[in-house]
Amino acid sequence: MSESNNASLLQMTGISKSFPGVRALQQVDFEARGGEVHALLGANGAGKSTLMKILSGAYTPDEGQIRIDGCSHKFHRPLDAIASGIQCVYQEVDTAIVPTLSVAENIMLDRIASGRGWLDWRRVNREAAEALAGIGLPGLEVSKPAGELPIAHKQLLLIARALVQQAKFIIFDEPTAPLSDEEADRLFEIMERLKQDGVGCIFISHRLHEVFRISDRVTVMRDGRRVSTRLAAETNAKAVVEEMLGKTFEEEFPKVQVPIGETLLEARGIRYGTKVRGVDLTVRSGEIVGIAGLVGAGKTELSRALFGAEPLDAGEIRLNGRLLKLSEPKDAVRAGLALIPEERRKQGILVEQSVKHNLSLPLLERLSRFGFVGRRAESDNAVARIGELGIQPPLPEQAVQYLSGGNQQKVAVGKWLPTDAQVYLFDEPTKGVDVGAKSDIFRLIGRLAAEGKGIVYLSCELQEILGIADRILVMSYGRIVKELRRDEATQETILYYASAGEEQDVEG
Amino acid sequence: MLKDKLLDYSYKYGALVIIAAVFIVFSIVNEYFLSYDNITDILRSISIVTFVAIGVTFSQIVDGFDLSVGSTVSLTTVVAAAMMVWYELPLAFVLVAPLLIGAVIGLLNALLIVKVRIPDLLATLAVMYIIGGVHKTYTKGFSIYNNMQMQDGTKAPGQFLESFKWIGQGKLLGIPVPVVLMLLAVILVHVFLTYTRWGRQMYVTGGNREAARLSGISVNRVRTFAYVLSGIFAAIGGVLFAARVGSGQIDAGSPLLMEAVAAVFVGYSVLGAGKPNVIGTFFGAVLIGVLLNGLTMLNMPYYAYDIVKGTVLVLALSITFIHLNRRRA
Repeated sequence: MSESNNASLLQMTGISKSFPGVRALQQVDFEARGGEVHALLGANGAGKSTLMKILSGAYTPDEGQIRIDGCSHKFHRPLDAIASGIQCVYQEVDTAIVPTLSVAENIMLDRIASGRGWLDWRRVNREAAEALAGIGLPGLEVSKPAGELPIAHKQLLLIARALVQQAKFIIFDEPTAPLSDEEADRLFEIMERLKQDGVGCIFISHRLHEVFRISDRVTVMRDGRRVSTRLAAETNAKAVVEEMLGKTFEEEFPKVQVPIGETLLEARGIRYGTKVRGVDLTVRSGEIVGIAGLVGAGKTELSRALFGAEPLDAGEIRLNGRLLKLSEPKDAVRAGLALIPEERRKQGILVEQSVKHNLSLPLLERLSRFGFVGRRAESDNAVARIGELGIQPPLPEQAVQYLSGGNQQKVAVGKWLPTDAQVYLFDEPTKGVDVGAKSDIFRLIGRLAAEGKGIVYLSCELQEILGIADRILVMSYGRIVKELRRDEATQETILYYASAGEEQDVEG
Repeated sequence: MLKDKLLDYSYKYGALVIIAAVFIVFSIVNEYFLSYDNITDILRSISIVTFVAIGVTFSQIVDGFDLSVGSTVSLTTVVAAAMMVWYELPLAFVLVAPLLIGAVIGLLNALLIVKVRIPDLLATLAVMYIIGGVHKTYTKGFSIYNNMQMQDGTKAPGQFLESFKWIGQGKLLGIPVPVVLMLLAVILVHVFLTYTRWGRQMYVTGGNREAARLSGISVNRVRTFAYVLSGIFAAIGGVLFAARVGSGQIDAGSPLLMEAVAAVFVGYSVLGAGKPNVIGTFFGAVLIGVLLNGLTMLNMPYYAYDIVKGTVLVLALSITFIHLNRRRA
């Protein structure tokens, strides 16, 4: 790497950060230079976003130093980082844009917010247009409301805003996730131009082919530590994936072998918005189908679409060969589906209600006589489920918000057990669940399979999918890009297909 | 710690203690206050508000809001009166037509809120004005009374039916009929909300709509049902109003919205329920009724009543939201 003298240098050394119960970062070093693209890689939860939030002033580190060109900086809030020339282009562009203001006003927002009383509108518009021209986008009409721009242009607007504020380093947090290939190409051209102007780009992405296309250096993180920093030319996708995952792989959760029977659920050509773009799926009796994919691959949307919680744009769902018409989740429940949603506390359970009431939710009709909920029937049901699932504490009247994550999840699953559900959709069921309860949940899923239920298990936790699934479908950007048998799947292959994006469609 | 405990107690028993305190103060100030006649008077005066407030309770339970209840009362009052005075229709019509109107208004609200997805406050605000306008247009701005002078110079043919007036003015075993109806309604609605699956579904829908939906509850149907009930109960309030006064007063319902909402929010904190509930709503209505009754005895001018009602609402809201935010923290 050729060292130019006037390029600025950003150094983070010995950064540590803990949250209650989690050590998010441990003694992480990270460095970026002006005029380079430095990729930051790691699996979900590796600590990338925490590190970048510290760099952009959203979090303060417990330990460690941030130096820019040798001077130590302490960022207590995002404005401090911005003043030091660090800008962030978030994936959620809409959170950073005022949709009703014009493009020019958005670009010059910080100037307008901190300026004196009078505004020279002509100058504002001119400078905004210049900033856009500076990143090769001269055609954009600056008086248009920013909310009307497509996502790709909103991103460029944010980059222009960063440049207006004299950014030395720009953090790109998964910028290509919502972009088409052409739009991503244009973004890379702009990053290239920024590089030539001496701006340092920190690039977070799950699409490895992109990373190797534009990065000069690559830093890999795992479990809150830095694993390595190498020149992009000296490493490759395979090596990086290995470093992201670590070498240790053990079968923590033994798989129960169950004979697999008739087809239960069959979905063809499922489409919903931009998140689910034509998914085929078959689940047989006793089978656990794992759907693996990174965060944002469309798994949650797929599970909700299958359950009637989102309207299908296209496609059909059959259960036992019968075509289902799902206009709301109630229809799916009637037909014999059960969903354990990812957002457990918001969607899976009613946190303020008792364990008993939660467990009887889908059963109210059955537990009632002439509309009156049978008290005896309801508490019998609660006591039975509590015993069956080992819910702790075993108190039917306890409000579920006081239960641990694992026990809450048992309630979220337990409410479906007495229904005649034939297919269970589990969306990230182990999120926020401790190890002990995790194995309880796996045992429960195994038991359901043994009873002949069909299971769809959607998760970004690859180890868990590998441990539990009979068959693995890799989902990426709304499509199933690869189907893997249990014996041929490894974390490396899954991650390879999951991060390959659209360029690698199913091969063979 | 001590402060927390104190807050908890004040939340749980605050409303009841205040009601008791108001009773004690007024009974000391005026010996007539605790007499049987005055107590039944208070209960009779709150019976209409209670019905309206039960309606508001339903909309609150499903995490909605119905501002149109006051103008629904106004409309149904004059419709009931018009059916007797203008058209001389039999009692069944006089009772059923207002209830149908209430149900239709509820459906309209539900359509706007559930289907068109207008925020509840805005949708029912608009409907409130529409219904208010309809009721004034229908009566051309006049109240309706027995054999009233019509605009063409003739006299209206009909009179209020005695059987109808009995609903508002009669007595059953020495207890005013509207009080009996009110207590019956409170008990029935309480049983409905607490022990039936429909009541449970309403609370679940209001508590967490998405979780309810994903558990297989038809949340849109439940919400529609709640608004229809809200309209019907407001209509019952309107019928009672006409029966009590013996005429169809213009704008009869306009002060009732405020009182009903205040009653519901006082009810949130009765015995620390922390959610809309009909027993609490009843006590809320009692508090407001007692206050107004006592202030009348103290010869406070009627135009100052809104200050008192508004203050009660603010206090009730403060207690409720301080508590809710504390629990969340």
